[in-house]
Amino acid sequence: MNAESLFCYRRFAAMVYKEFIQMRRDRVTFAMMIGIPLMQLILFGYAINSDPRHLPTAVLSADNSPYARAIVAGMQTSSYFRFTEQLSSRVEADSALKEGRVQFVLTIPEDFSRLLLRGERPVLLLEADATDPAATSGALAAMRETVSQVLARDLPAAAGYTPTDLPVTLRVHAEYNPEAVTQYNIVPGLMGVILTLTLTMITSLAITRERERGTMENLLSTPAKPLEVMLGKIVPYILVGYIQMTLILLAAKFLFGVPLRGSIPAVFVLSLVFIAANLSVGVTLSTIAKNQLQAVQMSVFFFLPSLLLSGFMFPFRGMPVWAQTIGSALPLTHYLRLVRGILLKGNGALESLTHVWPIALFLVLVISLGMRRYRRTLD
Amino acid sequence: MDADLSAHDAADDFVIDVSGLTKGFGGKVVVNGLDMRVRRGEIFGFLGPNGSGKTTFIRMLCGLLRPDSGSGTCLGYDVLTQADLIKPHVGYMAQRFSLYEDLTVRENLDFTARMYGLPDRAEIVDACLTRMAMTRFENQLAGSLSGGWKQRLALSACTLHGPKLLLLDEPTAGVDPGARRDFWDEVHKLAGQGVTALISTHYMDEAERCHRLAYIAYGDLLAQDTLEGIVDHAGLATWNVSGPGLPELAEALRPLPGVDQVVAFGNTLHVSGADAQLLEAALAPFRNAAAPPGGAREWRLIRTSLEEVFIHLMRGQQAKTGARP
Repeated sequence: MNAESLFCYRRFAAMVYKEFIQMRRDRVTFAMMIGIPLMQLILFGYAINSDPRHLPTAVLSADNSPYARAIVAGMQTSSYFRFTEQLSSRVEADSALKEGRVQFVLTIPEDFSRLLLRGERPVLLLEADATDPAATSGALAAMRETVSQVLARDLPAAAGYTPTDLPVTLRVHAEYNPEAVTQYNIVPGLMGVILTLTLTMITSLAITRERERGTMENLLSTPAKPLEVMLGKIVPYILVGYIQMTLILLAAKFLFGVPLRGSIPAVFVLSLVFIAANLSVGVTLSTIAKNQLQAVQMSVFFFLPSLLLSGFMFPFRGMPVWAQTIGSALPLTHYLRLVRGILLKGNGALESLTHVWPIALFLVLVISLGMRRYRRTLD
Repeated sequence: MDADLSAHDAADDFVIDVSGLTKGFGGKVVVNGLDMRVRRGEIFGFLGPNGSGKTTFIRMLCGLLRPDSGSGTCLGYDVLTQADLIKPHVGYMAQRFSLYEDLTVRENLDFTARMYGLPDRAEIVDACLTRMAMTRFENQLAGSLSGGWKQRLALSACTLHGPKLLLLDEPTAGVDPGARRDFWDEVHKLAGQGVTALISTHYMDEAERCHRLAYIAYGDLLAQDTLEGIVDHAGLATWNVSGPGLPELAEALRPLPGVDQVVAFGNTLHVSGADAQLLEAALAPFRNAAAPPGGAREWRLIRTSLEEVFIHLMRGQQAKTGARP
């Protein structure tokens, strides 16, 4: 063995093997590695993507015609709306929405059926409490379909509507998220978020733990080199990253029914750079942090901007320039585009490469910082 | 063992040969211009009060800390620039248990063997487990071992690669006498094979098992010699007093000029001073006085013990540096 060599494969392999044993023994961390992805997936996935139905709805009707009743009945049948109140004034309607008693208020004007029969497309007003746009989007989409079906069946041909156009002017008062968040968009993004959170946090503990438990003193007294130790700490968690990815992709397909258009092998291969980038952040943070608590805090400092500025939480183009600049430096931003591109748009590996190099650059910068920060002595 | 010694150290009989080694943390000097020479095959005891710089000095020798200044060699390699070449030949045992508590005994030894690039790992580890009588613990987690066995495991790990130099930092702190005895027997066996050992300790009986000793206090090396040499050089005179009324006698003697230390040892009192004549003059009135109730006291001049010498050295250093007692 050459004591001067920068890297000795056998010592590196010894580090990797040791990390695996410790990973297996540390039940809590192991549970975290499997549990966090599943928990986030279920929480985020269902909380954000659920298509809520049976939403409480009030009706303010000044027209007690069969048509008005048919519309109400049709909405109820669509399962999105559940009529809970009959209102008698605008004031009541406002307070019902304001207090959050109902999600929607349907207003049917006085001369609704008369105008309808005359072919004048009366206004049908649906007000939505859109504080959570995701909660109402499904119902609003169903509304148009419901009205059109109900009236096409009930209206006499004399009214002169063609089957393709809507006999009423459907007016919806609701604030929409312009880049409406859909399940398809969220689940692949969630993969990047989960990998960022768990991998950074787990590896940020890697070196601080050795220092805190005093084992670093022993490790430093052996001929181990920095690169052997750092890579030895990173490689086992690459496997962990892939296990998480597999879980998430399986859930995306079978739990959330996300159409996976692109090549899964391409996702796996290209994700290696992203996984390594996050792990290198963790290891580098742990060379800076003084103890395990600090390491976790620092990884949260990295995770939060990633979550907020990458385009996962808010549409990237809607953010101010400074936020976009920070976001562009983060690997998650590029990974989101990469994964959504492959999975949803069916991009190939070649088209995805534009998103890979910023992540690779990030990886190289961070790992060289970590190498410089890794202390070979206890000084 | 001698066969694989490199030509490098064969030319020099000193395994450790450093001078002026200095290290400070945050402006405070912890090791102050230390000179030390340790011969091959020697068991060298390293003593001194807590916080005197023993651990810092040992860490500098094995490359865990970079000296601020000074020069010297360890195993023939430069301590400032060749830490990478020193490490493979040194077995370092930290004060605190520093193996992996969540690895089993065998896994820890196996990991250590791999870090040192040993061939035939399984055989080496097997042999080590047998030699140290640890085979029955091989699949037990290191963290679940008792203090004595942990220390034994740590010694096994740091001798696994056949180091030429052992640096053991308070290896027997908190270990029962039986285990300490076994430990020292092991160290003497290794020394017999040509291994050099530098061992820091607080135990005087352990100091007596060393070939040579160094005493360090507040960063300064105060003495470096054999046990006899250190005791003789200190030039302390000590009286052993036995008989009735010793606590009262101790109180009466303490403030007298010439009396440096008055220490109770069971049913006797040890009274020592740096100036034998002054001490004798101070004691004379008590020796000549009428016997106290309960019988006469017996006064005997004895050989000064190491502990008194060290306390004498430490106080002298405190007086010089103004360090708090």
